[in-house]
Amino acid sequence: MPVPADLNIDHVAHLARLALTPEEKTRFVRQIGDVIAHIEQLKQVDVTGIEPTAHAFPVANVWAEDIAQPGLPVELALRNAPAQRDHMIVVPKVVE
Amino acid sequence: MSVELHYQTLVELATLLDTGRLSSVELTAAIIARTKAVDARVRAFNSFDEADALAQAAASDARRAAGQGRGPLEGIPVGFKDVISVAGQPLTASSKMLANFVSPYDATVTTRLKNAGAVCWGRLNLDEFAMGSSTENSAFQPTRNPWDLTRVPGGSSGGSAAALAAGEAVVTLGSDTGGSIRQPAALCGVVGLKPTYGLVSRYGLIAFASSLDQIGPFARTVEDAAILLGALAGHDERDSTSVKVELPDYRAGLGRRQAPWRLGIPKEYFGAGLDPEVAAAVEKAIAYYRGMGCEIKEVSLPHTEYGVGVYYIIATAECSSNLARYDGIRYGHRAQDAHDAVDIYFKSRAEGFGAEVKRRIILGTYVLSSGYYDAYYLRAQKVRTLIRQDFLNAYQEVDALLTPTSPTPAFKAGEKADPLAMYLCDVYTIGVNLAGLPALSVPCGFSSGGLPIGLQLIGQPFREAQLLAIAHAYEQAHDWHQKHPSL
Repeated sequence: MPVPADLNIDHVAHLARLALTPEEKTRFVRQIGDVIAHIEQLKQVDVTGIEPTAHAFPVANVWAEDIAQPGLPVELALRNAPAQRDHMIVVPKVVE
Repeated sequence: MSVELHYQTLVELATLLDTGRLSSVELTAAIIARTKAVDARVRAFNSFDEADALAQAAASDARRAAGQGRGPLEGIPVGFKDVISVAGQPLTASSKMLANFVSPYDATVTTRLKNAGAVCWGRLNLDEFAMGSSTENSAFQPTRNPWDLTRVPGGSSGGSAAALAAGEAVVTLGSDTGGSIRQPAALCGVVGLKPTYGLVSRYGLIAFASSLDQIGPFARTVEDAAILLGALAGHDERDSTSVKVELPDYRAGLGRRQAPWRLGIPKEYFGAGLDPEVAAAVEKAIAYYRGMGCEIKEVSLPHTEYGVGVYYIIATAECSSNLARYDGIRYGHRAQDAHDAVDIYFKSRAEGFGAEVKRRIILGTYVLSSGYYDAYYLRAQKVRTLIRQDFLNAYQEVDALLTPTSPTPAFKAGEKADPLAMYLCDVYTIGVNLAGLPALSVPCGFSSGGLPIGLQLIGQPFREAQLLAIAHAYEQAHDWHQKHPSL
């Protein structure tokens, strides 16, 4: 299958915030190329005047009553944090 | 007792529990013992907590003794696909990213099952983040098919189907984005139902492709599936796509004969690539319905061939967006050698995600990226409209559609190494998700090699009661569901 000329794997991986190894890049370009080649058949379909479907049963304007409800206790909310201290999530310094 | 406890149906077990001939603790202990005996070979479970399950069972027995039993699910062990939250239990999505994650709260379906008295049993394996059709993409272990341990159970809810087929649960929950309940149900010889989009709340389900995902039941029989669906279905304020509809009594609806139905056979589902033995089994099922007086009519779903292409644009686009939350900051895997906060994102995601998840994130990001959106994503959404319209047009003439669930019986582990070949396994199930329809798979025979074959019934929106009644009529006249693998 042809590799799509315009699949810039470095650019797309950067957009996805995903570090890929050189081996992954080579493999994914080939495999995704096969899938895109299959997807290209959609270009045969006449979609003139057809509305897009985002959801099979669109539900618009779902409102909830504005009533205060208990949220997750801090301990539970932080239970899965990779690093925490004093009820806060610890991350590396983001400003110099 | 003729049938072992672990292969009894929910209905049979509920009767034993109701009449005091069995306690939930005894039943749960039997399921635990069975799981310990066979799961080293089947590998359906990521984890289970024996003491917790027995404590829930004891609480159920106490309720029943006090006259406070809550219905047919009271004391019944239910297995959960490991993407559905049960407070205090692991929630891994079979991914290294969430290997140590513990659910802080219950999914709405979990709350509903607890309110119905069910025992929340173990965590069932899947393709990582529900992306796959064989359960080989699990980061922890591949699940095997109980009918032939060299073969896959299907996927992505392979653990849910295999556990049931192996007698390791009474009923289980799965999720279906492109066939992930129906295909493994077919390959493992059990009943699996994907509800209409919006019937069952997605609150507490790990999101893969939000416009396609639905939670649904796996069961030994159509009646068991009807009971479980009744417990799961209903409007939920916590899921804004949840639909307010009047809910029938699915189980009571089975007994009322509404036959003869008008049943459509979509010709596009019987073309190249369909295994002859699967085709023969489905043809026999069609002949059965004709024999009971149903009107059988050939229909056309002309955009079927575009389903896989549309799906792999929409599902990967939604997945690339949904999985952006796994950044290594608030929860999930965090890389240890990152030099700053942004580097945490890149490295945590590289270490935490497996190959299939990475491929789909890359493809989804690509089709959404600047300059490609109209050509791929918008066009796919328009073809999605046409696919949905095909089904609605067919329902002008027929009540439901009959098709194969999967083009082939269970394939060998490792057989489909190429991602596109794996994607094409879903050709008969994907259209249903794109159109938001209900569909189920019911066993309809075995291959010459002894592998289960599934019949797919596709219904009209929110007409699950009719769909179940049609499947029930077939099941009552056949004994496929009474056969079990020898493990």
